[in-house]
Amino acid sequence: MAVIEAHNLVVEFPIYSFTGHRSFKKSLLNLATGGILAKDAANRVVVRALDNLNFEFHEGDRVGLIGNNGSGKTTLLQVLAGIYEPTVGDLIVDGRITSMLGITLGMDAEVTGVENIYLRGQLMGLSRRQIDAMVDDIADFAGIGDFLNLPMRTYSSGMAMRLAFAVATSVDADIILMDEWLSVGDAEFVQKAKSRITQMMEKARLVVIASHNHALITDQCNMVIELEHGKIVSETTRAR
Amino acid sequence: MDLSKAKLDLRGGLDRASLWWSLAWQDTKQRYRRSFLGPFWITVSTGVLVGAMGPLYGALLGQDVASYLQHLAISLIIWFFISAVINEAGSAFVGAEGYIKQVALPLSVHVFRLLAKNVVMLAHNAVIIVLVLMFLPPAHWGDVWLFPFGLLLVLGNLFWIALLLAVLSARFRDIPQLVTNIVQVAFFLSPIIWKADMLSQKSRFVADFNPLYHFIEVIRAPLLGEPVHAVSWIVTSSFLVLGSVAAFLVFARFRARVPYWL
Repeated sequence: MAVIEAHNLVVEFPIYSFTGHRSFKKSLLNLATGGILAKDAANRVVVRALDNLNFEFHEGDRVGLIGNNGSGKTTLLQVLAGIYEPTVGDLIVDGRITSMLGITLGMDAEVTGVENIYLRGQLMGLSRRQIDAMVDDIADFAGIGDFLNLPMRTYSSGMAMRLAFAVATSVDADIILMDEWLSVGDAEFVQKAKSRITQMMEKARLVVIASHNHALITDQCNMVIELEHGKIVSETTRAR
Repeated sequence: MDLSKAKLDLRGGLDRASLWWSLAWQDTKQRYRRSFLGPFWITVSTGVLVGAMGPLYGALLGQDVASYLQHLAISLIIWFFISAVINEAGSAFVGAEGYIKQVALPLSVHVFRLLAKNVVMLAHNAVIIVLVLMFLPPAHWGDVWLFPFGLLLVLGNLFWIALLLAVLSARFRDIPQLVTNIVQVAFFLSPIIWKADMLSQKSRFVADFNPLYHFIEVIRAPLLGEPVHAVSWIVTSSFLVLGSVAAFLVFARFRARVPYWL
């Protein structure tokens, strides 16, 4: 049985502030990157970010999304996460999703590291009690020592990223959605981060990663989907 | 239109009470971070305003200063609460764009967060009400038990108003500007610095046809030891029922569109 299933999935962004000249519209229609600019039934200008996608992801799949900037990778992750409901078509998701699209989401520079762990954890759907049990592990992994009790604005940007990363990866996830963000901290931490992600991915039922790093994708994923202008242009699957 | 998903969103919002309380508390603390008094600046500034305006306007309007001060303190504080929720409702979703586009939370969380933040403010201001009532107690306390019911009715009304404005403002960015303007005018047209019974019989309609007057009245009258007119209960409860239905239908129809509009 498929964990995620999409039929004729379309996502279109309406552009309301668009009052441009006709010729301007035409030149926009010829842009090389981004989704397809089109008009919908009500004759509004829309950006078709995802165009008629059909796919099935199964239990155990590691799906890699590749494609140029503006090809629709992030939008697809956002749709899978339930942020955008498809404009047309169906999306069936069977499972609990943990989306890691913005790693520093909800973190506040003015409060302490510990308070940030709670804020971020609650945003990911954890209760305070669940977070209580995780704080030590997170602090340990982030390796920022006593800074944890200081406001986050006193952190170096690397330390802030380490903490954010540690919190984001501390949940046990069912379905993981990731937008490229492996570049955290120094070389040593990158190694640590890599093994943590791998560990986390092993526990998950399904992982979808969008990345420009082809080596990472071919290394980690058994299914690679290439997007271009919001369409699937190639789909390769190999046995795990 | 998907009624069940809209219902799920509202229920999901309620379930995440600890999240929106944390965020609301965060919003409040953020404003006063590193100041000595912290959020109690809210209390101090309201206190100063009431202390300065009370005697002057009481004299201007030819009122007994003690009873005018009671009236003004309570009215202003309720008004600050109501107007802040209505004014900020337009940015409940627009201002939470970062959250909405990165994590699939129920949209109602952002509306609850707004209400919670203003309840925190109200609680700080309530210190003034307590002080005023301690030094200038009302003629009788008999109706004070009605106060929580009045407050709840107004909270319910503010929820649907905020939800409706949040959705509409995400699509039409002129609405918050329009709302600010209306709220500003409403301050002068509602019995806040003046009292409804100062109006002559002929101009009574200015208060009676103003729903905000009834919103204020169901909270204020029990605290001032005055009877709440049946009309006020009827207006606030029927607004609650009709408004909630209307807001829910709008929310159900456009909920899924909100992220696209941001």
